[in-house]
Amino acid sequence: MNNTDLVKKSLQKRYLKERIFKTMGFVSIATAILFLLILLTDIIGKALPAFSQTNIELQVELSEEQLGINANSSEDDIRNADYRKVIREALLGLFPDVTKRKEKRELYSLTSMGAEFQLRDTVIENPEFLGTTQTINFLADDDVAGVVKGNIDRNLPESDRRVKNQKLGWIETLEANGQINTTFNWQFFSSGDSREPEMAGIKGAILGSFFTLLVTLALSFPIAVAAAIYLEEFAPKNRFIDFIEININNLAAVPSIVFGLLGLAVFINFFSMPRSAPVVGGIVLSLMTLPTIIIASRSAIKAVPPSLREAALGLGASKMQTVFHHVLPAALPGILTGTIIGMAQALGETAPLLMIGMVAFIVDIPQSVVDPSTVLPIQVFLWADSPERGFLEKTSAAIMVLLFFLIAMNAIAIYLRKKFEKKW
Amino acid sequence: MKISALIFLVLLFAAFSYFMARQKITTAYRQHKSKHKILTLPKYFGYVAALCSLLPALLVLLFLQIVEEPYINSEISTFISASNIEANQDLDLYLNEIKGADTPEKVAALSEEKQMVYQRYHEIEQTTARTISVVVLAISILLAIWGLRKININTPARKVFEKIIEGILLLAASIAIMTTVGIVFSVLFESTRFFGEVPILSFMFGTEWSPQTAIRADQVGSSAAFGAVPLFVGTMLISFIALLVSVPLGLMSAIYLSEYASRSIRSVAKPVLEILAGIPTVVYGFFAALTVAPFIRGLGESMGLSVASESALAAGLVMGIMIIPFVSSLSDDVLSAVPQSLREGSLGLGATRSETIVKVLIPAALPGIVGGVLLAASRAIGETMIVVMAAGLAANLTVNPLEAVTTVTVQIVTLLTGDQEFDSAKTLAAFALGLMLFITTLILNVIALHVVRKYREQYE
Repeated sequence: MNNTDLVKKSLQKRYLKERIFKTMGFVSIATAILFLLILLTDIIGKALPAFSQTNIELQVELSEEQLGINANSSEDDIRNADYRKVIREALLGLFPDVTKRKEKRELYSLTSMGAEFQLRDTVIENPEFLGTTQTINFLADDDVAGVVKGNIDRNLPESDRRVKNQKLGWIETLEANGQINTTFNWQFFSSGDSREPEMAGIKGAILGSFFTLLVTLALSFPIAVAAAIYLEEFAPKNRFIDFIEININNLAAVPSIVFGLLGLAVFINFFSMPRSAPVVGGIVLSLMTLPTIIIASRSAIKAVPPSLREAALGLGASKMQTVFHHVLPAALPGILTGTIIGMAQALGETAPLLMIGMVAFIVDIPQSVVDPSTVLPIQVFLWADSPERGFLEKTSAAIMVLLFFLIAMNAIAIYLRKKFEKKW
Repeated sequence: MKISALIFLVLLFAAFSYFMARQKITTAYRQHKSKHKILTLPKYFGYVAALCSLLPALLVLLFLQIVEEPYINSEISTFISASNIEANQDLDLYLNEIKGADTPEKVAALSEEKQMVYQRYHEIEQTTARTISVVVLAISILLAIWGLRKININTPARKVFEKIIEGILLLAASIAIMTTVGIVFSVLFESTRFFGEVPILSFMFGTEWSPQTAIRADQVGSSAAFGAVPLFVGTMLISFIALLVSVPLGLMSAIYLSEYASRSIRSVAKPVLEILAGIPTVVYGFFAALTVAPFIRGLGESMGLSVASESALAAGLVMGIMIIPFVSSLSDDVLSAVPQSLREGSLGLGATRSETIVKVLIPAALPGIVGGVLLAASRAIGETMIVVMAAGLAANLTVNPLEAVTTVTVQIVTLLTGDQEFDSAKTLAAFALGLMLFITTLILNVIALHVVRKYREQYE
């Protein structure tokens, strides 16, 4: 047997190996794609119920003597009237055979804790309702919502079910009467956090994220651009500059939680800045995103062809004028793309903000960069920890909102890159 | 005077001196006969004059702002000790109560003694604020006048201005150094306090971790042991699982995408990897805790294994998926840096593609790949949210991936969130763990960056 035959004999085996290798490559990339699909469908599937809101339609009698107010009462009196009682009576009117205290309490928990405030606001807006009987849609409790949405299985034996038979009977009666309806959950986007899943919203977290990112952008963009310009255009070759570069590359790989420790020790404890405030979060996040933006800006500046600089210098511009009048505008699209990507990174960052106390339960919607607030990813973290079933869908919905913002930011970055990118 | 008003006034003076200086130089230029000698635009004289008043004023303001609070605090404490008021609580709390009284009702609610302190505090605060305003405004005005008088046609205004700007740029570049120094000092300082209480050796080599300190002496299980070995082992275990998933998958994806994939597959796969890289870690954590962990638990139980509901396997697997894009993009970089001639030489000798990749490309790119793996390891060790949400809290010295373990980052988060008093060994321990984390990742990063750079130079 000569060599050619040997080679020919081995060929089949070698080609098989080739095919196996290629399949392995395909399988690994397919795994990544499959995982992403599972993750997204899982989260979207869990999130969808959160966007509908379950209401109970009740006929409430807003009698003036029972509330102790009339259309001429002062706003404070209207505000402090006992609306809870009105709702309770409306519920009792529907199920008059409920008499035991314990059963009554169960019955009252059909509507949300927020129902009385809902009624109060309705009365304040429409004082003419006083003395009449109105049909009003009240927010249902999250257990009721769970039954209606099918999260709580009605066919389970009573001992395993969160909602007991009696309550289930009430809910089914209400459903049969057409008094339960679902609407789009606007409240999710217009209210702050709450202990009651049906009332919790993400407006506070969105605004907190907005203020935090505002501070981050205001600090990191100018500093990063200045640093990148210096390192690319002015820096001499010496040890100090090398040290700066090593530091930047290393900071890009330092775990984010370490930045949180820095924020806690330096800004909160040493400078006694307020805890939980977007301003501190913004400073910490800007220190964290600086390396990303600096590295992106440097490569954008580096990509500007030397001929542009030489032309400017040749016409008598100074180095500074060359950089600020010609190089920087040419590099700006690349710098902006890098900045947006850095901001998207900062938007999704959680760990360092936990360290500086942005993890608190905050109901109020922040109005400025010094108000205590939380941010979207931390809202996700907080809700994910809550035991109530209703928060599971809220968590997934908050994740969807977070991913929506991230995708939007990245899309803008890609658009900018496509639109303004120049091939020199 | 409010600080915003003060800054506004300072800016106003700077703007004023800008216009005055520009005016002065423009008139001087007009009177100057030989116009060809004019080298600098008048606006540069304006800039220099403005910066001359603006920069020192702002720096002084910043400095005074930083020292203001400690100064007021020390004044108040001298007042308290001088007037023999019994501050029978923590001084910080006492001061906070007084400072927190910002409405007349709250002031009225204070005790008589505290009202006295409150009065004094108010006086001191007002005088300090007034002093700061006066000093800053005086600096700003005097320097503006001095600058305006000094500046003339022969001032090298553009050069001076450009030097100042260059200085500012250098300052911006040095922020990276200041951040590193800040990190090192903040963790080192608190860690030395911790090691004053807990010997460093028992921290590094102790095998029992239970940071709860006893409130009452007779409590059970509150002995406060700070042996960090279980945390290190837990971190290693989860990181190892993550690398076991991400390195082969990431490397193979990179090879497939750069050597085999058709254009259409690449146009799907690249964005998918980018999206995977962009998903916040808290989302991965949620997914790991609520979907993957129960799934693995169910799978294990159906095979007759007992799996903890917060198993290391679930956290490690999801973390591995998270790192895939990172490994794949790093490997893609190093593989594409291998010269085309090596590839062509191997193919020309009759090797198949896979033989070329396994026997030529990977050995040639090995240093770069190793560097990438080290960076991935550093990512995995420092990753926080996935393990906080999906790994356990109790320290458990085991290498069984089906049991719950805890990690360094999880402990930092649990020790530092919620109520904390800053002097207890418990919170200081978090900084000691942070120091360990920083040192480990620093070493990994430095080696990795060095290896990658050396490798790049080899083929350039």
